[in-house]
Amino acid sequence: MKIDIILAGVGGQGILSIASIIGYAALKKGLHLKQAEVHGMSQRGGDVQSHFRLADHEIASDLIPQGQADLIISVEPMESLRYLPWLSSKGWLITNDQPFINIPNYPAPEVLSAELNKLPNKVVINADKIAKELGSARSANMVILGAASPFIEIDFKDIENAVSEVFARKGEEIVNTNLACLRAGREFAQQNK
Amino acid sequence: MSKLLLLGDEAIGQAALDAGISGVYAYPGTPSTEIMEYVQHSKQAAEGQVHRSWSANEKTAMESAIGMSYAGKRALVCMKHVGLNVAADPFMNSAITGANGGLVYLIADDPSMHSSQDEQDSRFFAKFAYIPVFEPSNQQEAYDMTYDAFAFSEKYRIPVMLRVTTRLAHSRAGVAKKESLPQNEVKLCDNKKQFILLPAHARVFYRELLAKQPLLEKESVESKYNQYIDGSDKSMGVIVSGIAYNYLMENYVGTKCPYPVLKITQYPIPTQLVARMVNECETVLVAEEGYPLIEEQLKGLLNAGKPVKGRLDGTLPRDGELNPNLLAVALGLTDTYGADVPEIVAPRPPALCLGCPHIDSYTALNQAMEQYGPGRVFSDIGCYTLGALPPYNAIYSTVDMGASITMAKGASDAGLRPAVAVIGDSTFTHSGITSLLDCVVENTPVTVFILDNFTTGMTGGQDSHALGRIGNICKGLGVAEEHIRVITPLKKNHETNLQIVKEELEYQGVSVIIPTRECVQTLKKKLTKK
Repeated sequence: MKIDIILAGVGGQGILSIASIIGYAALKKGLHLKQAEVHGMSQRGGDVQSHFRLADHEIASDLIPQGQADLIISVEPMESLRYLPWLSSKGWLITNDQPFINIPNYPAPEVLSAELNKLPNKVVINADKIAKELGSARSANMVILGAASPFIEIDFKDIENAVSEVFARKGEEIVNTNLACLRAGREFAQQNK
Repeated sequence: MSKLLLLGDEAIGQAALDAGISGVYAYPGTPSTEIMEYVQHSKQAAEGQVHRSWSANEKTAMESAIGMSYAGKRALVCMKHVGLNVAADPFMNSAITGANGGLVYLIADDPSMHSSQDEQDSRFFAKFAYIPVFEPSNQQEAYDMTYDAFAFSEKYRIPVMLRVTTRLAHSRAGVAKKESLPQNEVKLCDNKKQFILLPAHARVFYRELLAKQPLLEKESVESKYNQYIDGSDKSMGVIVSGIAYNYLMENYVGTKCPYPVLKITQYPIPTQLVARMVNECETVLVAEEGYPLIEEQLKGLLNAGKPVKGRLDGTLPRDGELNPNLLAVALGLTDTYGADVPEIVAPRPPALCLGCPHIDSYTALNQAMEQYGPGRVFSDIGCYTLGALPPYNAIYSTVDMGASITMAKGASDAGLRPAVAVIGDSTFTHSGITSLLDCVVENTPVTVFILDNFTTGMTGGQDSHALGRIGNICKGLGVAEEHIRVITPLKKNHETNLQIVKEELEYQGVSVIIPTRECVQTLKKKLTKK
């Protein structure tokens, strides 16, 4: 068993919080894990990605080979497309549909959604709206993680536990909001995949 | 014991603490910064009172560590590859003095230049200095090699280089920890002349260094870190160094590489193992993360031996970092690829943050420079280097730490007026002070902007030695007080600031403008902490 995930977004959007939850759950299961991150210059509003690899055997490379990623999980729609060379033909793309526009030549919304629609396996979700409705706009990342959860071979219960433990020090209310966001994202993916 | 999930950098920090270091010395630089940060946050380091403050630059960091080694204690120095250029003087000469307490130089190279101005391979520097190198291929090796490097340094009384690259430095995996060793006591070396490099001594010590080389090579041959893994297909042998080993093995998950593989992660190069491969195989493929160090030596000037494939013959790209796909192609395996990036995907380069004080500084500078035309602003290494990109297009050079001021001086000497330098606070105290002194001594017409945002911003907001000191440093160097102009870079001050910049650009001598306002990122961090 192996799961290779490209996490994508813009520097400062906090893609690593998604990674830390999956990582926490995976370590509890005794899985092997490698996670290559981007630090430095690109963190200043540039495109950032993380290669996140899980397996029940030893993992060789820190980088996922092109054409072999099982999932792209993106918190920004245009950024999700930047990593298509890595996605395997059977892989799924899970992305937020809310753009982060900090460049003058950002594509028009209809052009962007047309590109996303061309993909056979995708979940495109308005994570910001769902998170806001559930009381925490800052938890959009948990909605996206929830939407990706049906494609990750880890029991959902274990992912829920990881969310509870990672957010535990922030208090019960924040834990519950994040769990609600996680579940809402999962439900959306199950209905729309 | 359960494994710790650590970045390569963090594994190095933890291993150094477990090896009983008494100090880490460093200047921030991607991808090495997280080592010092890890130690600074470590309870173990606090309890052991391990030195863990940043240094002014890589040279002062390395010299302090050499001093700690002189006193008999173990010290770790961390820097990025270009930092080693700054520290080259103590680096080369400490190979001659040798070490007393274990002395380890961690150099983090950045192939593909993710956050750097070049991709120099520090293994060449180690070869130049005749010191051994450990080059881990994964996080566990990063831990184990760091742990072992201090004892190795003490055994041969020589500084040891640990070389990592960006991917290992910034990638996380499970790491098993070893027992924590106590720190050394203060103990001077028996030979009290060991650190006096008068020519008469240095000649002797240099011969001793040369005499150590066969012993170091023997260590490399016998090292558990250099492995010869035999294979049945002798049509080719594969030599991989450091992290390139992982990219090779990624192509054989669940199966075995048919070719003999020589994994080199300890230097000097184990010639005996290389000879075995060349003797037994028809061709040799060399995959190295960095410059073709092993490949060049194996090929030799005349390339008269068996065919060698690698970066020099185009089997692998001549520059940039490696990856599993490049190795697949080099091995003649089927490559894999997803789909092309759609054309609508626009590049998203890094940019100055919303509300960044540099934006206001560049707005004023650009407007003041309009009447003089382009090409007169020299800059330096930091967030403000992003001023080279649209919409600012404000600066015309970024070469090395501190070069902005001295390049402006040289251009001014050549008659280019006004000549302007833009340098950050931390970069100024790293390497700009002596540059400004050169200007003061000759009263060269230059206008120097020292952007004071109270931090080392680009690497994530580390403490800056310049904090609260810039005005006094400039005064002390001899800059006339009336030409040290402190401004607050805010939109509402634009007209006042513009006027000040214009005045100083007309002044035919040394003037310093200090735009002073805290970095929005460190400010945000402080506010969230409260």
